[in-house]
Amino acid sequence: MQDSTLNAPEISLSSAASHEEHPDLRVFGLLTFLVSESLMFGGFFASYLVLRGAAAVWPPEGTEVELLVPTINTVILVSSSFVIHLGDTAIKKNNVAGMRLWYGITALMGAIFLAGQAYEYLTLGYGLTTNVFANCFYLMTGFHGLHVFIGLLLILGVLWRSRRFGHYSATKHTGIEMAEIYWHFVDIIWIILFSLLYILTLF
Amino acid sequence: MTQLETSQITTVVTEHELHQRWKWYDYFTFNIDHKVIGIQYLVTAFVFYLIGGLMAMAIRIELNTPDADFLDPNLYNAFMTNHGTLMIFMWIVPAAIGGFGNFLVPLMVGARDMAFPKLNAIAFWLNPPAGALLLGSFFFGGSQSGWTAYPPLSLITANTAQTMWILAIVLVGTSSILGALNFVVTILKMKVPSMQWTQMPLFCWAILATSVLALLSTPVLAAGLVLLLFDINFGTSFFKPDAGGNVVLYQHLFWFYSHPAVYLMILPIFGIMSEVIPVHARKPIFGYKAIAYSSLAICVIGLFVWVHHMFTSGTPPWMRMFFTISTLIVAVPTGVKIFGWVATLWGGKIRFTSAMLFAIGLLSMFVVGGLGGVTLGTAPFDLHVHDTYYVVGHFHYVLFGGSVFGIYAGIYHWFPKITGRMMNETWGRVHFALTFVGTHLTFLPMHQLGLQGMPRRVAMYDPQFAGINHICTIGAIVLGISVLPFFFNAIWSWLYGPKAADNPWDALTLEWTTSSPPAIENWEVLPVVTHGPYDYGRTVEVNQTVQTASI
Ligand code: HEM
Ligand SMILES: [Cu+2]
Repeated sequence: MQDSTLNAPEISLSSAASHEEHPDLRVFGLLTFLVSESLMFGGFFASYLVLRGAAAVWPPEGTEVELLVPTINTVILVSSSFVIHLGDTAIKKNNVAGMRLWYGITALMGAIFLAGQAYEYLTLGYGLTTNVFANCFYLMTGFHGLHVFIGLLLILGVLWRSRRFGHYSATKHTGIEMAEIYWHFVDIIWIILFSLLYILTLF
Repeated sequence: MTQLETSQITTVVTEHELHQRWKWYDYFTFNIDHKVIGIQYLVTAFVFYLIGGLMAMAIRIELNTPDADFLDPNLYNAFMTNHGTLMIFMWIVPAAIGGFGNFLVPLMVGARDMAFPKLNAIAFWLNPPAGALLLGSFFFGGSQSGWTAYPPLSLITANTAQTMWILAIVLVGTSSILGALNFVVTILKMKVPSMQWTQMPLFCWAILATSVLALLSTPVLAAGLVLLLFDINFGTSFFKPDAGGNVVLYQHLFWFYSHPAVYLMILPIFGIMSEVIPVHARKPIFGYKAIAYSSLAICVIGLFVWVHHMFTSGTPPWMRMFFTISTLIVAVPTGVKIFGWVATLWGGKIRFTSAMLFAIGLLSMFVVGGLGGVTLGTAPFDLHVHDTYYVVGHFHYVLFGGSVFGIYAGIYHWFPKITGRMMNETWGRVHFALTFVGTHLTFLPMHQLGLQGMPRRVAMYDPQFAGINHICTIGAIVLGISVLPFFFNAIWSWLYGPKAADNPWDALTLEWTTSSPPAIENWEVLPVVTHGPYDYGRTVEVNQTVQTASI
């Protein structure tokens, strides 16, 4: 055992720390939260598979999915994950203008994704209550859309804080990193959703 | 090698001058201090406990006679549902995790606050609206389908009330997820560096395991409840078999959360036990590591046993076998803990304080309840007694004997730290005696009722069961009365009790190194850990080489 009296300065620093002084706490907290969120989506995915397993035809006659718009959407969302990363790289080089540019483009791509989803909802010709497949389809894509929307708000918040208060620099960029992590999360969930709801219905 | 007296805790002087205390009205505000939040949780939970307890009294009075002469059956169902819901979601979970966890974890790991103080306060303030939704549901007929809310029953009765019930549970669920992530970050990242992992109090290990469990299981319940909400209100048919839905799916989603939820309730209590027993037995805890790791083992295995609640739901035999075995396996880490505590008591200089009485009471109760659980986890027996009073007897042994006793033990133990005053021990004993007798009198006969075939969740029953029910009701009244000495003791002692010393029980964990009650910033000078949390009557060898190395 160690006599730690001599480590006093270190001790008082880290135990007095709140998340303000310790940015990595916030990132760690967000990751923990996302683990939790994944399990919520996991609950939906599992329910979907159970319901699908019991159905004779899936998706039932009349509720087939359209592939064109969602495929474009997928391409946009997946590439936006790379774009947002460019913004994160930029801020680490203290390139604020670059960060704003890439985050702005990401926000635009997110908005296009949501618009595409709205278009899809309006043109599919069936609604939430049509049958169990439609229940799952609208509930799951809707929930995911809500997460895209939240991610979008986070990105816009980053841009707003950067313009209004000049936050963020090469040494202070936790907020930017958190928005990025959340955006990747939304993207990963979408890839699973897209496989389950669209690609697997082709087989 | 040098020898160091273990009861001595070195401190480091830093620049903190804070002597302030919170005023009474701070407790009614959005305060972000973990100690205030802990007390807010405890007091709120106790209020819900009293309300839930009154409902239990009404239920028992109704069941005193075979007819539905006191409550009409719908009201009975509403009371029964809200009693169970309040007790689980608004009492045990918030009191054990939110209350004790928030108050103690930062103090025990030597932090000035939780990692995210604001989030912490938000998590607490989700609770009162949830309680209001539950109680408000009575104006809409009250949810009728039991705390499990199984469809199709929950889809066809009292829809507005059921929706309110769902929203309430989603609120407390969100609260516990936010709280859990806060605990995980606080424990993993904010422990004082001088504290080795093997010096962290067992309560913190328990809260860590509990939090992981909450993070992984609560969201699945939320998913299930969202689907139910849509089925009730928006015309979907996830759980409507005639439209392609699946009722058993709901049961899977529900029990994937609610089985772990029993560990959510019991693990923090196990943590409390591991603090109370060594302190009042004046002995190092037996098998520190075994107890710490068994919490983590319970957390992992606990996620894989949920189907034992569904043995009668058309579960195929291979699944019954798998889940019987995995259920019985959870008994092993639990047994490890029980063994550890008994071995700690063995040969200890036991002080029979009220805290210790409740801890020992818990041990005896939990053994009965746990053995009942093993019998129920065995599919063939469960098929026989499923949904009878045997189940009600079992889960009240674990919930009342296992959890409520633990919360009481915790309150008696930490009351001096929390309020700065001592509780009255004589009244504590009266409280213990009444509770102990009341619990056995109420819940032991229920096992017999169940074996004879009395179904649960009914307001009327066959007259042949009247005799035993009568005993249960008398027991329940004893239990109802038992709250009074506690209630008055707590309030009186809080106001007028003798002033408590900083460390009235001579304990070694860090929360006792600060003043009672702790100052706003927890410590004027931060503690430095020089020995394990339970090193009673032992001397610690200080490794000279390490010491020289750090100079
Ligand atoms: C004075 C003490 C108590 C008495 C007399 C009492 C009595 C009862 C009774 C008679 C039922 C109805 C059983 C049925 O119809 O299925 C019940 C249900 C229940 N009780 Fe208690 N109880 C007490 C305390 C507690 C505590 C402390 C907890 C948990 C912390 C608890 C949790 C439950 C649960 C979860 C249910 C099941 C409700 C449902 O099936 O939806 N009870 N209780
Ligand atoms: Cu279980």
